[in-house]
Amino acid sequence: MKVSVKDNTEIVSPVVLRKYTYTKKILQNYQLYLFILPTIIYFIIFHYLPMYGVLIAFKDFVATKGIISSPWVGFKHFERFFDSYQFWRLIKNTLGLSVLQLIVGFPLPILLALMLNQIRSEKYKRFVQTVVYAPHFISVVVLAGMIYVFFSNNGLVNNIIMIFGGEPISFMAKPEWFKPLYVASGVWQETGWAAIIYLAALAGVNPELHEAAVVDGANKWQRILHVDIPAIMPTAVIVLILSVGNIMNVGFEKAYLLQTPLNQPSAEVIPTYVYKMGLQQAQYSFSAAVGLFNAVINLILLIAVNKFAKKISGQGLW
Amino acid sequence: MNVLSFEKTKITRRSKEDKIFDIINYVLIAVILILVIYPLYFIIIASISDPNMIHQGKVWFLPKEVTFEGYKRIFNDPKIWIGYKNSIIYTLVGTLVNISCTLTAAYALSRKDLYGKRIIMSFFLFTMFFSGGLIPTYLIVKNLGLLNTMWALILPKAVAVWNLIVAKTYFETTIPNELLESAKIDGCSDAKFFWKIVLPLSKPIVAVMVLFYAVGHWNSYFDALIYLNNEKLYPLQLILRNILIQNEASTQMIGDLDSLAAKQRVSELIKYGVIIVASIPLLIAYPFVQKYFVKGVMIGGIKG
Repeated sequence: MKVSVKDNTEIVSPVVLRKYTYTKKILQNYQLYLFILPTIIYFIIFHYLPMYGVLIAFKDFVATKGIISSPWVGFKHFERFFDSYQFWRLIKNTLGLSVLQLIVGFPLPILLALMLNQIRSEKYKRFVQTVVYAPHFISVVVLAGMIYVFFSNNGLVNNIIMIFGGEPISFMAKPEWFKPLYVASGVWQETGWAAIIYLAALAGVNPELHEAAVVDGANKWQRILHVDIPAIMPTAVIVLILSVGNIMNVGFEKAYLLQTPLNQPSAEVIPTYVYKMGLQQAQYSFSAAVGLFNAVINLILLIAVNKFAKKISGQGLW
Repeated sequence: MNVLSFEKTKITRRSKEDKIFDIINYVLIAVILILVIYPLYFIIIASISDPNMIHQGKVWFLPKEVTFEGYKRIFNDPKIWIGYKNSIIYTLVGTLVNISCTLTAAYALSRKDLYGKRIIMSFFLFTMFFSGGLIPTYLIVKNLGLLNTMWALILPKAVAVWNLIVAKTYFETTIPNELLESAKIDGCSDAKFFWKIVLPLSKPIVAVMVLFYAVGHWNSYFDALIYLNNEKLYPLQLILRNILIQNEASTQMIGDLDSLAAKQRVSELIKYGVIIVASIPLLIAYPFVQKYFVKGVMIGGIKG
């Protein structure tokens, strides 16, 4: 760079020079920028334009007027949502469902990974893995369909209950059964898949640690406690941060499919409410406001949890 | 002598504890296996058993009073076939779009000499943590005139950030810089290098991406639910939803039956049957491709 300044007849200011090298850098790799261009355009159109479009939450959106010329109304829609009788019920259902899911769904994959890691025969281990990963690939529609047929009044589960002399339960009609069904089916479908990441961490444990522990007289149980669990802690922390940060993002697709007119009181969560108010009743501005409220809470939670985790364990997402 | 015997008992005690541990572990794993497999197995036997037998709790391990009526009716229903055809088209076209965008962008982002890389990456990453939400996205799709076209299912899902990260990590760790430098000396352009050298070296990640995206397309119903209202365009999952959840077995399927009881009986059979029919492509492919999925999660896990 120094050389070029000397050789130039005109004196080029450093700023211009820097700009010049930047454009040169970009031009040199112009094909790479062409590679990313479609993806950047995609993100602008389908992710950043909606973020701009969320302005309708503060307006009375009229389709014919468009986003810009619809009149501003401030926090009207938010106030309507906070004041509605639905508000606390939705919060309670949404949080209740995801907290239950977190409490049950977070430790189980860790347990499964620790158990699988103790299988000595490689062949058997691979077989078990193949089986427990399989439900992950079942579509949410099929999963919901399975729940309906298994838990119907004369379905498999009630047959089992009756064998043990119990009374049949109409699961799909009882609000109190919605959460357990939702969480249990999630456990059935995702535990195996979620264990992969921990198995990867366990595979990275230095075998010498285990050998040393054996020499010191540690049994399997003690080695799990003092070697394996510390080894997967960093992974577990990241997974925990991500799931707490997503706590308001209830798996909308499944919740919607599992709703029946009778279990509605506990099955209505914020995302399904947004869908119904917005797309079924065309209250665009109102449901955009509800959706925005949800997204902001989520973002705040994620930032808070990340900060907290950083303080406690020294690691975070960023 | 004393010391020796002490050592010995310690060793035997330890192996006994480990034995108990192993037994408990194997028993628990066997229980887990049953819990995972049995529901799937039950669907298969229920789809060919007389529904009355199921209601009476007589079907447990083997099908009873085998009947193929459910499958017959499913295969005779044009809706299922239309759904199948649509799902295949959406999966093929959608995955092609996904792959072309994701791999090219991921490769560009994996290059150390890409100026502005960090800014572009955070521009993408931010969308993982905040989004405009359902309604604004819907309005965009509507304003672009994509409603009731297959592009409404494909374009809004063109790139998944997570897959982008996985592919980028793969390129970063497997394509040596020296390769690029020597290719450059030979006058190879970036595009040519990507096409002729990077892609052939990256078959595993291409497989992983194809599988992740294809399964996503095949299994999704929600975009179709909100963006399509023309039944001829419905993917299989949406038709499944109507049969399984809404209890709307089409009139072609059970219209010829007179009594309500017979209708219910057959629609039950149909439900078990469509679950199998819809899952068959995945069930067949799964054991062969499973290792690629796992690889994908592992690569993502290292980074995440």
